[in-house]
Amino acid sequence: MAKVLGLRCKECGEVYPKNPVHVCELCFGPLEIIYNYDEIASRLTKSKILDGPLSMWRYADLLPIDGDPTVGRQVGYTPLVKADNLAKVLGVRELYVKNDSVNHPTLSFKDRVVAVALSKAREFGFDTVGCASTGNLANSVAAHAAEGKFKAYIFIPHDLEQGKVLGTLVYGATVLAVKGNYDEVNRLCSEVAGKYGWGLANVNLRPFYGDGSKTVAYEIAEQLGWRAPQNIVAPSAGGSLLTKIYKGLQEFHKLGLIPDLPTKMYCAQATGCCPITTMVKERSEIMKPVKPNTIAKSIAIGNPADGYYAADTCRKSGGWAEDVTDDEVIEGIRLLAETEGIFTETAGGVTVSTARKLINQGILARDESIVLCITGNGLKTQEAILGKIGHTIPISPNLASLAEALAGLGGVPETGRK
Amino acid sequence: MAISILIPSPMRRFTEDQDTLTFESATTVDDILAQLVARYPDTKRPLRDDAGNIRRSVNIYVNDEDIRFLQNKDTVLKDGDSISIVPAIAGG
Repeated sequence: MAKVLGLRCKECGEVYPKNPVHVCELCFGPLEIIYNYDEIASRLTKSKILDGPLSMWRYADLLPIDGDPTVGRQVGYTPLVKADNLAKVLGVRELYVKNDSVNHPTLSFKDRVVAVALSKAREFGFDTVGCASTGNLANSVAAHAAEGKFKAYIFIPHDLEQGKVLGTLVYGATVLAVKGNYDEVNRLCSEVAGKYGWGLANVNLRPFYGDGSKTVAYEIAEQLGWRAPQNIVAPSAGGSLLTKIYKGLQEFHKLGLIPDLPTKMYCAQATGCCPITTMVKERSEIMKPVKPNTIAKSIAIGNPADGYYAADTCRKSGGWAEDVTDDEVIEGIRLLAETEGIFTETAGGVTVSTARKLINQGILARDESIVLCITGNGLKTQEAILGKIGHTIPISPNLASLAEALAGLGGVPETGRK
Repeated sequence: MAISILIPSPMRRFTEDQDTLTFESATTVDDILAQLVARYPDTKRPLRDDAGNIRRSVNIYVNDEDIRFLQNKDTVLKDGDSISIVPAIAGG
């Protein structure tokens, strides 16, 4: 028996065969993978996982490709950092950072979803791939396309950070900078896949792509010693990551790999683009799209396709949602860097500052375990903090100049060593 | 002149494979969708839920603007307008 039985519409339940399709023809709802959990349970054990590769592929039994991965074989198994310094500043007992800012090869969690999407694209027989992206996905699709010798067409909004543009072009991809915001790019791409017969990671490969995010949850649970944390804070753009993290934990619980599932999910967004957190905070069943206006461009999606599901996941897990201003985003980036030595991009700043806000509001409990999902690397979004995190001190190459500069800083402690 | 509707690929099997349909006139978004359903009845299920509301998984644009930024289904149309029906897709 195969581990993947087909695809099912999340809205109306209609079932489809395993094909590169992403929306239900009957109601336009998104499709998701139907796994044969009985079959998976018959061969997946802790020891099998422990004997697997030190990558996300140690959980291959729970990923929707038929054969072995053909690209991205080293993706995942990123550090789960026990963040004691940050915990002290935030006043919490047990805090961890799931650090996908060092994911291989393009320094964001998107490598997980792309490794699945492009391995699946090869199984489907595509020779050309692409995506609509706010940057991180663009980097990852371009890199994995190069590795897998696919032709790549990448669609991005025209005003992305240079780091993300260069980090896509360097792999030889064709990059189309669309004069519009991400939602307009997305709209264009929804038509592109069908017209040109390409495999677009987050369009017609979306059901397969999305499940790569489940590996964030598997890794957290394994790295915590086969248990789920009490709280997870994750940034939301389209809303998929947060729902898939929870789905991953549910699967581990269902398969008996973790004893219980106490995890509450918290959605973090920037106030300049927060359709999901607004829905949760207003206890609304209707998601109102917004026109994004934030420095957190990687998560600036005003019309998130999985927004309803992300909001539902926060609610049903007993979690909540909060959003933070651009100034707080920068404070969050700085706080994580100064306490834990981890330089995250704007989305990570959103997550850190949202966690702090939720802790101060008394919503995130100070005596419970908390995991912050840091999904991207700060070197890609340097413009966001340029001029806002201090400056260099120019000196001449001699001791007198150094002494003068140090005096200007108020002097130095008596000894530099303890 | 007339008002056109761009049909997304998953809906074309209900519109004899046509990607653009034109209508002589329509007053509102609701009106033109009703005309679409009158011409191709199978388009109703992807567009509307059991209560008759436009489904949450469907985005509708009038001249590139999401109708949720306009007056939703009551958005008034004029000659030459172009309507797009777009299923929600993933992000990142």
